[in-house]
Amino acid sequence: MIGIVNYGAGNIFSLTSALSRLGLSYGMINTEQDFEQYTHIIIPGVGHAGAAMEKLNQTGLVESIRQLKKPVLGICVGMQLLTSHSQEGDAELMNIIPLETKLFDKELGIKIPHMGWNNIEIKNNLLFEGVENQTQFYFVHSYFIEYNAIFEIATANYGLQYAAAIQKDNFYGVQFHPEKSGAAGEQLLLNFSKLN
Amino acid sequence: MLSKRIIPCLDVKDGRTVKGVNFVDLKDAGDPVELAWQYAQQGADELVFLDITATNERRKTMIEMVKSVARQLNIPFTIGGGITSIADAEALLNAGADKISINSAAVKNPQLIADLAKVFGVQFVVVAVDTKLVEGRNMVHLNGGRLITALETEHWIKQAEESGAGEILLTSMDHDGTKQGFDCQLLDSISKMINIPVIASGGAGKIEHFTEVFTTTGVDAALAASVFHFGEIPIPHLKKELKKHNIPVRL
Repeated sequence: MIGIVNYGAGNIFSLTSALSRLGLSYGMINTEQDFEQYTHIIIPGVGHAGAAMEKLNQTGLVESIRQLKKPVLGICVGMQLLTSHSQEGDAELMNIIPLETKLFDKELGIKIPHMGWNNIEIKNNLLFEGVENQTQFYFVHSYFIEYNAIFEIATANYGLQYAAAIQKDNFYGVQFHPEKSGAAGEQLLLNFSKLN
Repeated sequence: MLSKRIIPCLDVKDGRTVKGVNFVDLKDAGDPVELAWQYAQQGADELVFLDITATNERRKTMIEMVKSVARQLNIPFTIGGGITSIADAEALLNAGADKISINSAAVKNPQLIADLAKVFGVQFVVVAVDTKLVEGRNMVHLNGGRLITALETEHWIKQAEESGAGEILLTSMDHDGTKQGFDCQLLDSISKMINIPVIASGGAGKIEHFTEVFTTTGVDAALAASVFHFGEIPIPHLKKELKKHNIPVRL
């Protein structure tokens, strides 16, 4: 069963709807004890990374998250929270994956936010099992996680190459919204639910 | 590479989709959920629902509709029509809307754009602008083009961007309903002027119009209603044609 970290960063109705469509049961994580009930953990998030981190800090769940050995999936800002630091609000984040979250540079001739469907280059990873390379996913974000060959499991190109998906041990993060990315996004959520 | 988006727009009244819809395999053309699902299956990249309900019950009905759509739909969607406050927007967000579109409320109270962006993030705030050429100047209009304002379209859009709009939905009232093509000249100058995505709207009649707007302007998406609803332009066919012209699309 999937546990969703409930820290008040944005709407999760679309995410829980996607899980329901897939027949995956889920519940909310509000306290440290709640983690025990679930086999897989999702950290959702939209909006401002600094503000989201502040809310997450207020729940007192950060240390428990850092200690998790179960599969964890951060989505969008939830992924960014796994990194060390974000330029958005100059915020110290959970520092589970030693990467930096940066603002897109409009000097690269791109529009910000990066909004819409973008193809991704997929590395061989169970999270993307059954998803064809170069499949398009739905992105909405103004900040991105820098490219790093060690943690990268998928990259996107928008002005520059950056992290579409990252992994370190049991911690996974996707910058796009699988719950809004059609059949491919649903496949990814299903794959996540099967990770050991 | 970021794909150019194709966005069908659905008018909704009392929780039901209006305007004739002509899909062969549709059981109930007035059911927004079934219609939205069909569009997603066809390859629409995103949907816009425009609420034209005029009664006091509108908000409650709309929230229920948004929830039903969000339960079934696996692509993003925007809700527009009658949103005037943070509370309106929050109810829609919690019901599963990805973005909201504001039009006259923003003209009457420009601070609303900044307030919404601050609370929900710029990605949530689409500013819809209806424009019409008046004595050689592009002027912002309200009420579906019936009411002229004192705002010049270029100035207003720039102001909206600076206030925190995440996207501009620009409808040319001179082109809307004509099926003679998008207002490519204006769309190009606007998309060059700002650094947020622009959705082109008004004038789509045939496939060539979509090709034209994507090859001659910098817009990020094109929105249309009747050509999609009546099946005049099937979305899979449209996307194949765009692809032939090397326009990046999601197939």
